[in-house]
Amino acid sequence: MNQLTQRAQAHPAKWLGAVILLMTLIFGATGAFAATPAPSDISSDFSVGGAIKQGSANPVEGAVVNVVGEGFEGSATTNARGKWEVAVPAKGTYTVTLDLASLPEGAKLKADFSNVREVTIDKVNSVVALFPLESVTKPGTDPVEPAPATNIVLGRIFAGLNFGILLAMAAIGLSLIYGTTGLSNFAHGEMVTIGALSLFTFNKVLGLDLVLSALIATAVVTAFGYTQDALLWRPLRKRRLGITQMMIVSIGLSILIRYFLQLVYGGDTKVLSQGETWNVFGVLMPALNVITAGIALLALLGFGWFLTRTRIGKATRAVSDNPSLAASTGIDVEQIIRIVWVVASALTGLSGVFIGLYFQASWDTGFSILLLLFAAVTLGGLGTAFGAAVGALIVGMFVELSTLVIPPDLKFAGALIVLILVLLFRPQGVLGRKQRIG
Amino acid sequence: MEQILSNALGELLTPMTAAYALAAIGIAMHFGFTGLLNFGQAAYMLVGAYAFAMANLAGLGLVPAVLLSFAASIVLSLILGIPTLRLRSDYLAIVTIAAAEILRFIVSTTGLNDVTGGPQGLSGFAKEFYALNPFPVGEYGFWAWSMDEKGLWVRVVAWSLVILGALFVAQMIRSPWGRVIKGIREDEDAVRSLGKNVYSYKMQSLIIGGLLGTLAGIVFVLPRAVQPGNYGTGLTFFIWTILLLGGASTVLGPIIGSMIFWVLLSLTEGLLSAGVSSGIITFIQQDQIGGIRFMLVGLGLMLLVIFRPQGIFGNKKELYFNA
Repeated sequence: MNQLTQRAQAHPAKWLGAVILLMTLIFGATGAFAATPAPSDISSDFSVGGAIKQGSANPVEGAVVNVVGEGFEGSATTNARGKWEVAVPAKGTYTVTLDLASLPEGAKLKADFSNVREVTIDKVNSVVALFPLESVTKPGTDPVEPAPATNIVLGRIFAGLNFGILLAMAAIGLSLIYGTTGLSNFAHGEMVTIGALSLFTFNKVLGLDLVLSALIATAVVTAFGYTQDALLWRPLRKRRLGITQMMIVSIGLSILIRYFLQLVYGGDTKVLSQGETWNVFGVLMPALNVITAGIALLALLGFGWFLTRTRIGKATRAVSDNPSLAASTGIDVEQIIRIVWVVASALTGLSGVFIGLYFQASWDTGFSILLLLFAAVTLGGLGTAFGAAVGALIVGMFVELSTLVIPPDLKFAGALIVLILVLLFRPQGVLGRKQRIG
Repeated sequence: MEQILSNALGELLTPMTAAYALAAIGIAMHFGFTGLLNFGQAAYMLVGAYAFAMANLAGLGLVPAVLLSFAASIVLSLILGIPTLRLRSDYLAIVTIAAAEILRFIVSTTGLNDVTGGPQGLSGFAKEFYALNPFPVGEYGFWAWSMDEKGLWVRVVAWSLVILGALFVAQMIRSPWGRVIKGIREDEDAVRSLGKNVYSYKMQSLIIGGLLGTLAGIVFVLPRAVQPGNYGTGLTFFIWTILLLGGASTVLGPIIGSMIFWVLLSLTEGLLSAGVSSGIITFIQQDQIGGIRFMLVGLGLMLLVIFRPQGIFGNKKELYFNA
């Protein structure tokens, strides 16, 4: 497992193996055959369900449970009585994952129980998957129950800022690459995922120190970004592939990497965060989240300094504005693009590490926030780095604050609706200039 | 061996292959002929499937259900098109993909359990459709293509719709309207300088392609339940792969592309599965084969776009990714 894992991250040429596979598929379609069920017809007589409660009389509402297996993916949210149910297409084995991030403050699983379970539907049509939580009636920690309204709002605001800052790093990475190369990189989410899963590999599997693992994970993503540019995007730029084609290539790359990670790491959620909680202005927050948000803020400020004060930063902005003009003033555009890929990947990798600590990590962590990243970049104005940061903060705040009004399972939808509304009224984005939209 | 081959060749005629072909013809209209980057075809299919299923379950009858789906599809096109068609093409891409995800989030939210079925989706809505089945009970077809009377009825309807859709698009493209549309793809400003209302033409193309996607959504759910999980971004990208495989600016391309795509996927799955169960392939488990299929789709998409962007049937002069 470990060997395979490392190869996954360090080998950008891994798709070579897949090329061979495709060749076998096309030219060697004469192997041994066996029966497989045709995947087309689905009936929904089967289901997985359960109830999530803290103790016997304290149902948890809004907890998210994901069910994956037999080529199917689905999720459900617990109702007011703590019940959830997912209809699945066929008999078989499904992996059921309780999204720990969706549990209310203070709720946690009983010791010795994982948030990931395997269930098999065989003789009966529906099975139950239980996730026993610790009872909430612990003495001393009372403020969880009758939380005053201001505390709830403040809590959401903090969560929003926190999420926004983490998004900002990845969004700036996306925006930098877009600004200098014109590529809308749909494989950007996978860099976030690789960051989070690398942290899992080094911290949980290899047992390294958390800080050291975070540094290595960031380095892994940086190296991945550099090699990705060197092996794929630079040759494509040389071929003068159009930006639409490049965008579709990045979609293919995203699918390829995502399912490769699923192959290596499996479909379950890897638990990364744990530890004490701090009381910040009356709001309980995991200590780790407060610290990572602080580091992320420092990284963003450092990046701002780099972009506005250093020669390379200025050259980057010049290339963003007009590559041909930049080239004619003696800037080595390819060199700048290389640097941009490295800087963008480093920021994205760090963001992935922190998002892993915030949301836990799974094979599609990055993909699930990819559209939020695009929303952030578009909101701020395509191709402007600081705009992306502002956009990310808006998106983060909106996602978290919207849960005060709408059901939690719709919170990402709310942020995307804002994206469409902004395009309707201010297409150049919050900080963008009008000429950019062409 | 024969089993795998017949499974794979059976895919040639499944309603699913037909639905993907129809959806791909829709994107051919959008992207291949007009140059619109629609990454939200899943949204149109979702609208078709849900509107059709909900109207049927409400007892409105078959024809009103289809009309309702079409109306919903046109509304969706207007909502997507009005803010974005004046902007650069990548905005439409981002907005359509976002809209598809928004719709998927909304239909699968538990708050709407009574209306959309929430995460479970809807089923049992196609009774009226099967009641119209003119074929008597029995077994039809042979070998890889044997089916019962229901299967035959669905396939006949699905493929008739594909053929009608393809003929319709082919006629549209040959018409003066089609020449304007292709002109917009090649050079928007030139068409504008001829006094054409580019915005309006783009909107018409978006609506027509969207209607084809909606029809595909209905065909897709005729033999199965409506499951919100089916309408993720993966669906859209499968359709794009099919489109680029066959050739984006052709009418026949999407149909052949869909057939090739599903036969190849089924073959791969069968071969891998056989390899695993007979111990030849040891590095993966049986349950990981689904993921490998997706990896192959991703890789295939990359290679196609890099090395043969015009697809199997396309003419290199015709298509261009000129966004």
